[in-house]
Amino acid sequence: MTERTATFINIGERTNVTGSAKFKKLILEGDYASALDVARQQVESGAQVIDVNMDEGLLDAEQAMETFLKLIASEPDIAKVPIMIDSSRWSVIEAGLKCVAGKPIVNSISMKEGVEPFIAQAKKVRRYGAAVVVMAFDEKGQADTLQRKVEICERAYGILTEQVGFPAEDIIFDPNIFAIATGIEEHSNYGVDFIEATREIKQRCPHVKISGGVSNLSFSFRGNETVRKAMHSVFLYHAIQAGMDMGIVNAGQLEVYDEIPAELREACEDAILNRRSDATERLLDLAPKYKGKGDAADTTQDAEWRSWSVEKRLEHALVKGIDQFVVADTEEARQQLPKPIEVIEGPLMAGMNVVGDLFGAGKMFLPQVVKSARVMKKAVAHLLPYIEAEKTETSKPKGKIVMATVKGDVHDIGKNIVGVVLQCNNFEVIDLGVMVPFQEILKSANDNKADMIGLSGLITPSLDEMVTVAEEMTRQNFQVPLLIGGATTSKVHTALRIAPKYQGTTVHVLDASRAVGVCTALTSESGAQAREFAQKVAREYEQIRVERAGGGKEKLVTLQQARANSLKLDWSDYTPPRPAATGTRVFAEYPLHELVERIDWTPFFRAWELAGNYPEILEDKVVGESARKLYADARKMLDRIVREKWLTAKGVVAFWPCRREGDDVVLFQDETFSKEVSRLYFLRQQVAKRAPRANMCLADFISPRADWIGGFAVTAGHGIEQHLARFKADHDDYSDIMLKALADRLAEAFAERLHERVRKTIWGYAPDEALANDELIREKYRGIRPAPGYPACPDHSQKPELFRLLNAGQNAGMTLTESFAMIPISAVSGYYFAHPQAEYFGVARIGRDQVEDYARRRGIPIEQAEKYLRANIGY
Amino acid sequence: MIRTEKADLLSSIARERILVKDGPYGTAIQGYRLDEAAFRAGRDFAQDQKGNNDLLNLTRPDVVGEICNSYIDAGADILATNTFNANAISQADYGLQDMAREINTAAARITRACADAANAKQPGKPRFVVGALGPTNKTLSVSPNVNDPGFRAVTFDEVKGIYREQIDGLLDGGVDFILIETVFDTLNAKAAIVAADEAGEARNEEIPVMVSMTLTDLAGRNLSGQTVEAFWHSVRHARPLTMGLNCSFGATELHPYVSALNPQVDGLVCVYPNAGLPNELGAYDEPPEMTAKLVRGWAENGWLNIVGGCCGTTPAHIKAVAEAVKGLKPRQWHALPPALRLSGMEAASFM
Repeated sequence: MTERTATFINIGERTNVTGSAKFKKLILEGDYASALDVARQQVESGAQVIDVNMDEGLLDAEQAMETFLKLIASEPDIAKVPIMIDSSRWSVIEAGLKCVAGKPIVNSISMKEGVEPFIAQAKKVRRYGAAVVVMAFDEKGQADTLQRKVEICERAYGILTEQVGFPAEDIIFDPNIFAIATGIEEHSNYGVDFIEATREIKQRCPHVKISGGVSNLSFSFRGNETVRKAMHSVFLYHAIQAGMDMGIVNAGQLEVYDEIPAELREACEDAILNRRSDATERLLDLAPKYKGKGDAADTTQDAEWRSWSVEKRLEHALVKGIDQFVVADTEEARQQLPKPIEVIEGPLMAGMNVVGDLFGAGKMFLPQVVKSARVMKKAVAHLLPYIEAEKTETSKPKGKIVMATVKGDVHDIGKNIVGVVLQCNNFEVIDLGVMVPFQEILKSANDNKADMIGLSGLITPSLDEMVTVAEEMTRQNFQVPLLIGGATTSKVHTALRIAPKYQGTTVHVLDASRAVGVCTALTSESGAQAREFAQKVAREYEQIRVERAGGGKEKLVTLQQARANSLKLDWSDYTPPRPAATGTRVFAEYPLHELVERIDWTPFFRAWELAGNYPEILEDKVVGESARKLYADARKMLDRIVREKWLTAKGVVAFWPCRREGDDVVLFQDETFSKEVSRLYFLRQQVAKRAPRANMCLADFISPRADWIGGFAVTAGHGIEQHLARFKADHDDYSDIMLKALADRLAEAFAERLHERVRKTIWGYAPDEALANDELIREKYRGIRPAPGYPACPDHSQKPELFRLLNAGQNAGMTLTESFAMIPISAVSGYYFAHPQAEYFGVARIGRDQVEDYARRRGIPIEQAEKYLRANIGY
Repeated sequence: MIRTEKADLLSSIARERILVKDGPYGTAIQGYRLDEAAFRAGRDFAQDQKGNNDLLNLTRPDVVGEICNSYIDAGADILATNTFNANAISQADYGLQDMAREINTAAARITRACADAANAKQPGKPRFVVGALGPTNKTLSVSPNVNDPGFRAVTFDEVKGIYREQIDGLLDGGVDFILIETVFDTLNAKAAIVAADEAGEARNEEIPVMVSMTLTDLAGRNLSGQTVEAFWHSVRHARPLTMGLNCSFGATELHPYVSALNPQVDGLVCVYPNAGLPNELGAYDEPPEMTAKLVRGWAENGWLNIVGGCCGTTPAHIKAVAEAVKGLKPRQWHALPPALRLSGMEAASFM
């Protein structure tokens, strides 16, 4: 948050159709993307303000100004600097002022048409909140002499500060820079006139700034860039000393004053300062000598890096994630170095260290790092056969970690990301995959002499499984650190439930970006540092346990009290809607293209650890660029998923007549309500509520007399395995993670789409609903679809009964693991409630009385119920 | 007393003690659990109105007044109208775009009446009524269509127009100042500033405005990408009666940005944070004592002239906040040295 200050303000002039033929061509052709590149390059070359001018006869200048400024608004690397809205037409300026969120500069207004329009325009500039450039121009014309320049500016200053209330510091005078060395006698003193006027105006008009269009000065030397650059630099050198504050200068086209050849500098100085009567001739004589020199083309960055040294090329490819040339470059490096392993230890690791540093510093983001890893893996894959042939020892990694998604769980996107990031940082990762029982994890850790064990899981039963692993580790006398990660894990859960079961160090790792720091600290060569870190974590977790033990929790009411404070809906005038289609409905192959447009992208970015909501995230200052690239790659893969039918979406929906009994919902075979087919057991909030809030339970949304409830199970994961195998073979973690993340999104979109069809036609209680996708995402519709294992009905163990009722195995090819994770992955299941007041809530913590009651209702031992409900147990 | 005199009065009091702004209407209204019928209160509308909190100014003035009074009882000096979405753009979602002005006038009258009644009872403690302008649900700086970044769903003049209508309604109903709050798109706020300026010109008076930015990410930017300082440069020309931050996150996360305001703003600073961050269910559960403790820290640092609450805060929060800052010295500031202060998404100052 430091203020940027500068003695001279560079204003980029290349985004000006009157000054740049290239920019004019781009705008006339409507190639705004390339026009934005011009602006971006200006900022990169050091422009602190960019001047935008669209005054061209063939253009609708207002339209072009608006379009360009709006586009700039979504380019943070351009829009970070202020804009100068440049036009000789007021209507274009006003159109521009309506498009800029920052505080811009208007360039320019003047008293050319008289004082009245000048005042009116100045008032508007002030109202829109801009600074202003005032040209030294009045009814009589443009000021050319020192005296006229000073006189006009002083008059304008008086009008602006006294009549308009314009702050003096927001006024910038442009006392006109004209071409010198034209061969016309009267022009010889123009340089001096400007410089002297600058000095005088600064004195008479406190706090104003002075600006000018510098390139006018050298107009007569068009085509000789060396001389022009030298003239500009020399002029600025003197004008700045006189008090010039800013100038319209091509920031990339300035020579360093001290580096101008002495004879050229002197000739320029003579002409600009009008020191000799033959100054123009002398400069003209000298000019041909410098013509053609130093007129180097602008940046040709894109292809240029191919000419760099092989080390630099590999680094560039790794940082930018370009895999196009990496095999050839790796081969070149291999031939140059004595041993193939040295390619990895040398240039490749050096490149990955740069990536690691940038990532650590928050200058690179996860999708980019994963792309870098893909490049690295390709390079390593190329080298491996040579390394094998030489049978040398591989370089010693920083540490070795065995990672697994625990038994019963199949989710591994996050674990894979952590694996990739750790590999990038020179850790050896032994990834055991998903659904790994603890015996296998511990055996692998022993066999490989692992330095750490990492456990991952997404569903809540996995938390229990992690506790089991921790207990086993203690029993088998493990000492190595245990790392815990995954969506449902938390520092609190780790501190309270896992860490106390393990004798060694247990650390919760929030996300991939933290993983490197944690692993580095735990494996540091000085054991003292590792111990210190372990102690710090232990103290922190102890603190959490103390805080938790010492209350700080909201009070629970008894189950009886909670039930007394249930949501009491008025059933007297409510007719439960009868589903238009009762019974079971199967979708054997749901069209994927229909789901693509319904994807909720925000969680997709979250899966990649990019924080922010879609679509705003695409324009985010920090992660926007990464998000846009990731999004483009995602859309590309989605196209192929749909076109080439990589995935098959299957689903099933069914409805049952039902009624509420206490906190249960009883399902019946038919509407005679004579034969009970199933019973759903719901849980009730027990956290003390302030009136009028109720202690909610899903059963409250069902009528105690006669009602309907629905169930569904959908997946978009059929067929995914063969593609994942292909990516694995190709060392392509990026695509592997991408496909899983997209399949998850498609499954969610499927659930959302199906719910919509249920509301509109299949159940049909909201036939006229018309909501846009974002409204759907915000759940503005009637009815809910809570899923077992999620906050409103947190017990995953209810899934088998739901699957049985739906016959999800036969109807959708879906099964459950022992921890109730759905297979294939990328699946959603749940219940449908249609009552208008049905809403999502979280059961949160519950008391022993409810656990006992729940065990009794379900006919299971209390210990079993406690296991199922562990995440919610509040005692 | 004309509006600029009210502004002077507020400024002079706010230099002596930290003033308290009220809390939100949304959270309070939720607590009433009003259904569709309650929102309509017997009136006929073409579309469902449940959730249209601004309509309650017409259909349930009792509810709105009760909430306002609960904040007065909690100790609030500055009372905002229940008009966060009472603009034609937002009301179009409910088919009530033509009723915006009427809603605003009604809202202003309710708050005015509550404030006047309290002032009559306790004349030593003047309450100020501010007409709240929300950000609308359309952005002037950000395209709603990612494939077409140059597209805008609305024009500057349209946004200016709907704000003008709202401002006219609020002024008719007797508000003292206009509060442009929860600004996530700076250009929308600039349109509101122009609208207030033009409304004042038409009435031949100066309308004091308060401006309050909201941050949409933890890096301290609003949706149009600006830092706090860049935003201040964008609105400083309006000579806001107060500049500040609201909503965004809880006081914990807002801390560095309140700190950033302090050296930049040559005027009153007004901050009203949320009750912490929403939990995984979207509810706010920071207790009043916690909010009050955090806010007190700011006051002790000398960062505050006015403080209140946003999403999730309740009269209990406002009461706790009022007690926490009682007796603490309000923020003092110096005139800023003259400089050309510009901004893009970042601030650029040239001395």
